Amino acid sequence: MDFNLTKAQQMVRNVMKEFTEKEVKPIAAEIDETERFPIETVEKMAKYNMLGIPFPVEYGGAGGDELSYAIAVEELSKACGTTGVICSAHTSLGCWPIYKYGTEEQKQKYLIPLAKGEHLGAFGLTEPNAGTDAAGQQTTAILDGDNYILNGSKIFITNGGQSDTYIIFAMTDKSKGTRGISAFIVEKDFPGFSIGKIEEKMGIRASATAELIFQNCKVPKENLLGKEGEGFKIAMSTLDGGRIGIAAQALGIASGALDETVKYIKERQQFGRSISKFQGLQWMVADMATEIDAARLLVYRAAYNKANNLPYSKEAAMAKLFAAQCAMNVTTKCVQLFGGYGYTKDYPIERMMRDAKITEIYEGTSQVQQMVISAAVLK
Amino acid sequence: MNIIVCIKQVPDTNEVRIDPVRGTLIREGVPSIINPDDRNALEEALKIKDKMENVKVIVLSMGPPQADVALRETLAMGADEAILLSDRAFAGSDTWATSTALAAGIKKIGDYSIIFCGRQAIDGDTAQVGPQIAEHLNLPQITYVEELKIEGDKVIAKRALEDGHFVVESKMPVLLTAIKELNEPRYPSIKGIYNAYSSDNVKVLSAKDVEADFDNLGLNGSPTQVNKSFTPPGRSGEGEILQGSGREAVESLVLRLKEKHLI
Repeated sequence: MDFNLTKAQQMVRNVMKEFTEKEVKPIAAEIDETERFPIETVEKMAKYNMLGIPFPVEYGGAGGDELSYAIAVEELSKACGTTGVICSAHTSLGCWPIYKYGTEEQKQKYLIPLAKGEHLGAFGLTEPNAGTDAAGQQTTAILDGDNYILNGSKIFITNGGQSDTYIIFAMTDKSKGTRGISAFIVEKDFPGFSIGKIEEKMGIRASATAELIFQNCKVPKENLLGKEGEGFKIAMSTLDGGRIGIAAQALGIASGALDETVKYIKERQQFGRSISKFQGLQWMVADMATEIDAARLLVYRAAYNKANNLPYSKEAAMAKLFAAQCAMNVTTKCVQLFGGYGYTKDYPIERMMRDAKITEIYEGTSQVQQMVISAAVLK
Repeated sequence: MNIIVCIKQVPDTNEVRIDPVRGTLIREGVPSIINPDDRNALEEALKIKDKMENVKVIVLSMGPPQADVALRETLAMGADEAILLSDRAFAGSDTWATSTALAAGIKKIGDYSIIFCGRQAIDGDTAQVGPQIAEHLNLPQITYVEELKIEGDKVIAKRALEDGHFVVESKMPVLLTAIKELNEPRYPSIKGIYNAYSSDNVKVLSAKDVEADFDNLGLNGSPTQVNKSFTPPGRSGEGEILQGSGREAVESLVLRLKEKHLI
């Protein structure tokens, strides 16, 4: 067994570290405060192929792998959970379904600009009444000549309103339940497609989270992704991979919070010495560092499995379950170690705690991960 | 047009600690980076390549086999080829022996219009290797370049001096040394990284391969020898706190600096 990253993966880490330090960290507090989508960062990420890391060069990608992609999201999230999720949702949810299920024409037309980062991607599955119970889709798609006509709405869509290309799920045959769901590639300018409410959030505030509205939206027949009725399978397999990205985001948030905290408690003086000299706090640091490393191993294993065509559904669910808990646990403890200062906006640590919470909720709540894991264990 | 960029892999001095007893660098666990000024030199070469047709950027370094990482990084940034001069015969080189080896490597490459070096390396801070290469090769040199234009067969460079600038014109081939004000280096791209590691674009050459003059290589060929390195003791002497309002304190400070002819 080899725990070493390849030389290319190590260099990806170094580059992502430097990029995050220079381009992401300096604006993280400002974009959180103002809820401003960091379009300039998206452009810079595109320039350096950070928005298509695991895809082949011939489809506009960087020719990297799932592990270097996870490392990229981890490093971005160390300073800014928002930037981490922009990259993750775009790559795993916007690009991957087309890469995996798209026709050659769909890949040429949609995947190449997405993987190059010229276009941004999003994924619309969740509806007001179809969250964890994704099978309860209300949005419909009716074939009418050369077009499908979509009606309904989606909520909580990451990169919504900022994206050019959306993977949208809708019922083509209600009588068939989950087997009646189909997936479509929808362009932002298709007639009948509009953006509704933009959510105001507790954390990852600069990431766009939007409602998508379809009113007799015309989608050309050739934009059906996969076959009719394959939508549920496409959605579930996409989320299996997306979980690796979110687990990496959670890992990054936890790891970034501990880095900030280590710096702080070495400087902070109380009772005439640095508070890092107190054993009670040292034990907290030891536990956090151990938990973060365990999360990292789970995340990297899931990414490694995906990169090497090994099963990764259970592994990704475990990684996300554990890393999200770790992010919440570690950031809460870190705020504690910062004391009163940690509760203020003078330090990034309160933002990290707010950003951490969403990782236990989106792309499958922790309870969904437990369902996936237990189903695999008890099968 | 070929541009040869000379780079050095150095320990990241932001992360270096000094052994207080022996006075030497503690290199263990310290990450290695491309010397910062050299990255500026490479960036400028890549900018020329972006703007002009038929420009080839060749990166040259002398160092141990581990310097391979630094050269791959330059490929990931956009360089076309990289050459590592690596040989036991080079070990312990001072600036003279280093420039001898690099000049031999450059002669071996043969065809070039610009040789670009960083001003100086952050581990040695000598700023000698670039100018020495120019002397070995009988080339004009423009050091401390902070702005560069290419017009026909000549370069026009703005050199930074302590209290002003020179604008210097030279025919190519020419050797230039870059300072950080010249540009903001790009990052290696992710695609570039994977390319750099899947291709065979780093050539390793020995002293024999480049027909270097063995009498002027390595420790034995180095006219300077380091006898001892140490950290100077901190200065004693007391500071003084200037009292009064901000304005009074500043006025008093300015007066004192003038008295000492510091300003």
